[in-house]
Parts: sequence; C-alpha cells; structure tokens
Amino acid sequence: MRKYTPKNDLQKKSYYNDRFWVAPQTPKFDPSSDSRFCNDIKLLKENFKVLNEYVELNFLVVTINAKDNFNVVKFFKEELNYRMLTEVSAIDYLAQDGEFEIFYQMLNLKGRKRARIKCRIKEKQAIESVEPLFRSADWSEREMFDMYGVKINNHPYMKRILMPDDWQGHPLRKDYPLEGDEFAQWYEVDKIFGKEARDIIGPEIRDAAMIDRYDTKRFSRLGHEVPYGADITSGEPDTPIQYQEDGGVPLIGKMDPKQSKNIERR
Amino acid sequence: MAEHKVDYSASGGLPVMLTTVDKIVNWGRSNSLWPMTYGLACCAIEMMATGASRYDFDRFGTIFRASPRQSDLLVIAGTLTKKHAEFLRRLYDQMPDPKWVISMGSCANTGGMFNTYATVQGADRVIPVDIYLPGCAPRPETLQYALMMLQRKIRSESANMNKNVRRRVV
Repeated sequence: MRKYTPKNDLQKKSYYNDRFWVAPQTPKFDPSSDSRFCNDIKLLKENFKVLNEYVELNFLVVTINAKDNFNVVKFFKEELNYRMLTEVSAIDYLAQDGEFEIFYQMLNLKGRKRARIKCRIKEKQAIESVEPLFRSADWSEREMFDMYGVKINNHPYMKRILMPDDWQGHPLRKDYPLEGDEFAQWYEVDKIFGKEARDIIGPEIRDAAMIDRYDTKRFSRLGHEVPYGADITSGEPDTPIQYQEDGGVPLIGKMDPKQSKNIERR
Repeated sequence: MAEHKVDYSASGGLPVMLTTVDKIVNWGRSNSLWPMTYGLACCAIEMMATGASRYDFDRFGTIFRASPRQSDLLVIAGTLTKKHAEFLRRLYDQMPDPKWVISMGSCANTGGMFNTYATVQGADRVIPVDIYLPGCAPRPETLQYALMMLQRKIRSESANMNKNVRRRVV
C-alpha cells in the first residue's frame, strides 16, 4: 500500500521532478482570426468585458468577470446560438491563487462549435446560478457545491447531491485527504452506533491485504477451521473440507465424486 | 385415483424417523435460506447469475426475496458506501431472527480497491458477518460454495440461537 502523504501544498510543488520535463502545451490561436469564432468574439466583446480569449483544440475559451456569468451564458445561448450547456464545474486553485475557477462548456449544434466560459471566484464568494437558463445546470451546480463548497446564488434547491446531507467537508478539494478526515473515517460508526462505539469497533483497517495468521476472530483457513477465538500459536488441526455432514442430510442425496462422470461434449 | 392400502407393519416399519431438535430445525433452516435481493455493485451481477438457471440457487432452497422481513440471509453484494451504511444496518435490523450474513467480494469484506473517504472499509464495521467471500467479483461457483459453507455452519450450530456464540457489533 502506498503511504499517504499530505497534499496541502501539492499545487505549489512541481508535479514532475524530471528537470528536462517540459509540460506539453496545446497551441492556442487568436479567435478573431478564426472564421468560426470571429463573429462570436466580436459580439461578445461589444457587450461584456472579456479578460482573455483564445481558441484551443477547436474550443473557444473566454475568461470573464465572475459577476457577468449569468448574462454571458444567456448571451451565448440566445444571441450566439450555443443552445446546450454540456458541463459546469469548478477547478480548485486555492493553494495556488486562493481561487476557484468556474467553467461553463457550451455547444452550438447548428454551427458545430463549442465554447468554454471561464471565471474565477474567491473561496467564500458565491456565484449566480444559470439554472433559469439551463435545467441541466441544476445538478451540475449542486455537484459543484457538494464537491468544492462553491455557493450558488438563486439556485432552486441548494443541497448536496452525492454525499450525505450531514457530511462535513468537500471531498474534491485538493487539500481533502483521499482516505477522509476524522469525520469521514468515523462517519458510519458515529451515525449508526454513536461516538461511544468508536472504542469497541476500532479504527478502519486501511490495508486491505492485511492478514493475521493467528487471529482466529477475523481469519480462518479453509480446511483448518478452529472455534472462534481459539489460540493456534502452536498449530491448528487439519479438518478436511466436508460438504455435508457424515451420512448426509435427510432427504438430500450425497454426491459421490467417484461415481461422477465427466462428459466430453454436450 | 387408485387407492393404496398402506401396511405400515409390512413395509419395514412405521413412517417414523428419529432425530434431534437441533438437527431437524437446522435441516430446515439450512435448506431454505432466503436471501434478500441486495445488490450494491458489480458483485450483484454474479449474484444474479448464481440465482439464474445455469447455476440455479433454487436447488439449494435459496430463493431471493424482495423484502428483509421475509429473508434470513443477507448477501452484501458490492461496495458499501458510507452514505448507504445506515440503510444496510436498518435492513439488517428489519430481518427476523435467525439471520446470517455473507459478505460477498473484496469491497464488502475490506473496502477492496476503494481506499477512499466514501467507502466503508469492511461491512463488518456495521453488521456482524458470518462468511467472508473473497473475489472481485467472485464467480457464481464461489457464491454457491459460500452458501454451502454457511449451510455447514448452520448445521453445526445449536437450534437455540441464544446458545450460539455470535459475533455482535455493539
């Protein structure tokens, strides 16, 4: 099992230690020189403040101010004909910049082109819901809240979608430990039995390959079964595997392996 | 329909079979284990295959029931998430005594490959388990074998459940 290392400062560190490693970059183009997107970006710039724009992998990518998000998505939908919202989510840049990046991916079926609208918000900052424009944003924004803790204004049903309602913490944040914090590790015990049962049940065994040869309370060897909790430090008796009791069970025939016959073909 | 005259004294004795209460009760219990339909993940596919005609659980007297109130066996077939743990406990509590549990597959045994915040690291943290069945996912033959081992366990127990040493969580 790999040792767990805290990942609080993961974003600050270089992901690769290879000093000759050069992170691959996909080429970015100016959208105003792209025949598909030049009109879209021109209209967008006339109406909203666009912080950054480029075309990457046939995606029009625009960065806007977070307060414009509803109006920009509405503009894309109604004026630029991007009628589908295919994805809404967040990216955790908290350790790097103290910010979340929220992105909306949209699809124009008629023009066969896609756009990604990005904006940045601070950790405690809320963002306007686009659910009035796209029903699909309902669950996407709930998931964003559940996994990252991004608050959404004017959402019809702002509630966790994947984790239980009484869960604490937001698991997709980079500083959330993969094996869970203390709350997560004791969640089912606390909820079902109460905190006083923690001592009886004990902490989680995270090593799935752990085998204790002499623990007869949790392990037994096939063909060497002993009573529950017996001491086997000096070896255990050999008990051959029996499928039924000696002499069989009433009314049920006992199979004799010697009389069985393997058929070559059906 | 033809009427037959049965001569008990002539045909080798009265239709009487001597046994013990333990044996006759455990014979009934072990040969009519009714598991609850409780598939949580991919192991459920193997459980369904075991129940279907090729492997045929019915010949063990094992018939899947859709209600915990009619079941005496719980096959935890799949990954138990922390969100679902309380429902597993509730379903287990709804089953009438005597009841047995087979933890099917690595996920239910230990959390398996899901060494994460959202997976219960072994269903035995929530309910007592009789048989741990390894595999990912176990083949239908393996589930049959687990059932036969459970039958063997039941036959070795006392019919009075209070006498049996049962592992209890809390």
